[in-house]
Amino acid sequence: MGRTARIAGFSILPDQVAERLLELGFEEGAEVEMLHRAPLGGDPLAVRVDGATVALRRALARAILLVPAP
Amino acid sequence: MVAVVGHPNAGKTSLFNALSGARQKVGNYPGVTVERKSAFVTLPGGGRAELVDLPGCYGLVPRSPDEAVTRDTLLGRQAGERRPDAVIIVVDATNLAAHLRFALDVLSLGLPTVVALNRMDMAARDGLSLDSAALATRLGVPVVGTVAVRRRGLGELLAALEPALAALPGIAREYSPPDTRQRGREARAIAAAVTLAEGSGRRTSRRLDSLLLHPLAGPLILAAILFAMFQAVFSWAEAPMGWIETGIVWLQGLATAALPEGLARSLIVDGVLAGVGSVIVFLPQILILFAFILALEGSGYMVRAAFLMDRLMAAVGLNGAAFIPLLSSFACAIPGIMATRTIAEERDRLTTILIAPLMTCSARLPVYAVIIAAFIPAQSLWGPVGLQGLVMFALYIAGIAGAMLAALVLRRTVTKGPAPTFLMEMPSYQWPAPRDVAVGLWLRATAFLKRAGTIILFATVALWVLASFPAAPANADRPAIDYAFAGQIGDALEPLFRPIGFNREIAIALVPGMAAREVAVSALGTVYALQATADDPAGLVDRLRASWSLPTALAFLAWFVFAPQCLSTLAVVRRETGGWKWPAFMFTYLFAMAYAAAGITYWVARALI
Repeated sequence: MGRTARIAGFSILPDQVAERLLELGFEEGAEVEMLHRAPLGGDPLAVRVDGATVALRRALARAILLVPAP
Repeated sequence: MVAVVGHPNAGKTSLFNALSGARQKVGNYPGVTVERKSAFVTLPGGGRAELVDLPGCYGLVPRSPDEAVTRDTLLGRQAGERRPDAVIIVVDATNLAAHLRFALDVLSLGLPTVVALNRMDMAARDGLSLDSAALATRLGVPVVGTVAVRRRGLGELLAALEPALAALPGIAREYSPPDTRQRGREARAIAAAVTLAEGSGRRTSRRLDSLLLHPLAGPLILAAILFAMFQAVFSWAEAPMGWIETGIVWLQGLATAALPEGLARSLIVDGVLAGVGSVIVFLPQILILFAFILALEGSGYMVRAAFLMDRLMAAVGLNGAAFIPLLSSFACAIPGIMATRTIAEERDRLTTILIAPLMTCSARLPVYAVIIAAFIPAQSLWGPVGLQGLVMFALYIAGIAGAMLAALVLRRTVTKGPAPTFLMEMPSYQWPAPRDVAVGLWLRATAFLKRAGTIILFATVALWVLASFPAAPANADRPAIDYAFAGQIGDALEPLFRPIGFNREIAIALVPGMAAREVAVSALGTVYALQATADDPAGLVDRLRASWSLPTALAFLAWFVFAPQCLSTLAVVRRETGGWKWPAFMFTYLFAMAYAAAGITYWVARALI
C-alpha cells in the first residue's frame, strides 16, 4: 500500500488493451502508486496513475512492467 | 449542430442538461450515456443551436459500440447525421493530462471547438489551480471554466460557442490515429505548463477510499448500505402506500355509488381501479429504492462497489465493465442491456445481455411486495430490522446468485472466449447533486405512471373482458370466471403449472404478465375482485392470503426471480444482438430456470411446512 514505482513497459498484450492502458495514463516513465487491493485474494487492484485512480485486475496488472521509483 | 464530447465521466451530460434544460440521466461513473441525446439551446445572440450529447470515450479509435457512435459522429460518418458545426470538449480539471490527450485528438480534426474546463470547484477543493488563459493559448481555442452541477460558467461557454458556430466551417481534416505515446507526452507537457499549483491530489477521495475500499470494512459497509436500502423500502413507504390505498378504495366507493350495478361498474371498480390501483400503490417503494440508487450513483460510490464485487464477477467469467449495466438492470433490463454497449469484447457483452434480466427490475418490486405483504408477517427481527425487508433482500440476492450461476454456465458453453478483464477509472467522490436525484426520480415516476396508464391499463382491461365474457348462465353454481374465456385459458394452462404449485388464477395472471411484469399483480387484482362476493370488501392482499397456501406463494416469488422477461426486453435484445436467435435462447433458458426454481421451492416448502 502506498508503494510507488515507475512503468518500464508492457509485456505482450493485445493492441487494443495496450492502447487503452496508454489512454488511461499507463505510459513508460509514468509513476504508479499502489492504493488498494480488493477483498478475498487482493484482486482487482486500485492504483493511482497520472492523477487518476484506476481499477484493474491482477492478470492485466502483471503485464505492466515496473522498475523501482528513483 | 454542436457535439458535446469528452472522457467518460467528464461531466458531459451534467453540462448538457445545465445548458439545455434537458433531463438526461446523470451519474458519477463512466458510461452513463451510451447513445446520442439532443436538445436545443438559445445562444446569447438569440440564435438557436442543436446540442448533441455523445457517449464518452478515451480516444478516437473506438473500442466498444458506444464509442463508435462518438467517433463516427465527429467524422461525419454516422448514418443520418451531419458532421457537427462545432464541438464542446468537456475536460475534467482534476485530471487534466489524461483528458487533454483526448482533447488534442479531437482538435486535430479541425472543427471549431470550445473547451469546457469542468469540475473547477473540485479542483479548488483539492488546492489545484489552473491557468485557463494559458491553456486557451496553448490549444488555440477558447477555454471556459465551468462547474456543470452548480450551473457555473454556462453563459460564458455559450458566448464562446457563438463565434465558433458563426465561423466559416473549417476544412475538416481526416482523422489519422496519432501515436498514443507522443500525444500523451504533448498532453502532459501542456498540463504541467498551465498548472499553477499542484494541490493535494484528491485528498478527500483518498481518505474515503481507505475506509470504503478497506478489505474488511469495505464489504461490510456495502452490505450495510444495501440492507438499509431494502429496509427503508418497506418501512418508509408504509404511510404513503396507505394513503394511496385509501384513495383507491374511496374512488371505488364513489364509482360504486355513481354507477348502476352492471358491466360498467364492474369494469371501473373490478377492472380499472382494482387492477391499475394494485400497481400504482407501489410508487412510493419504487421512489425510495431509486432515491438510494441515484444518490449512490451521483456520489461515485458505484464504481467502488464494482471494485469490491469484481472478484465474484471474475470468478464467473464476467467482464468488470459488466457491473454497471447489471446495476442499471435493477431499474429495468432495457437500459441495462443498452448500457452493455460500453463493453468492448463481443462475448463478454453477450453474456452480460443474457443475464441482465435476472437482476430484479423495478417492475418485479410490486410482485414481490404484494406477496410479501400477504404471506410474510410484518414482525421485527432485531431492532429496526424487519422480516419483510429481509425476505425482499433475499429475493434480490437470489436474482444475483441466479445471474452469476447463469454466467458461469454460459461462459463455459455458448459464450466461451478469452478471460475477460476489468479496467475502469474511479471517479472522485462528490455530493450527489439534489437536482440530478430529483430529475432521476421524476423520470422514474413518470415512466412508471405512464406504464400504469397505458400498457398496464390496457392489459388489465383486456383481462377484465376475458374474465367477464361470456357471462355466466343465470343458474350458475360456480363463480362467473369459470364460464369466461379467462377461466378456460386458466384451465388449459393449469396442468402445466400445477406441478410447481400454481393455481388457475396464477396461470391466468402469467399471460398478461408478459406485457409487463407488474401486470401479473394487476391481473390477480382483477381476477380475485371478479371472483369476490358483493359483500366482501377485502383488498388483494387479504384475498391472496385467503386463497393461496404458503408453498404456492413462495413458489410464485421464486418464479418471478427468474421469470421469463417481458416482451419489451426480448425486443431490445433482438435489436442489440441483431436477430431472434439470442432472445429465443434467453426466453427458453429463463423459462426453464423459473420453472425449476418455482418447483423446487414448492416441493421443499411442502415437505417442511
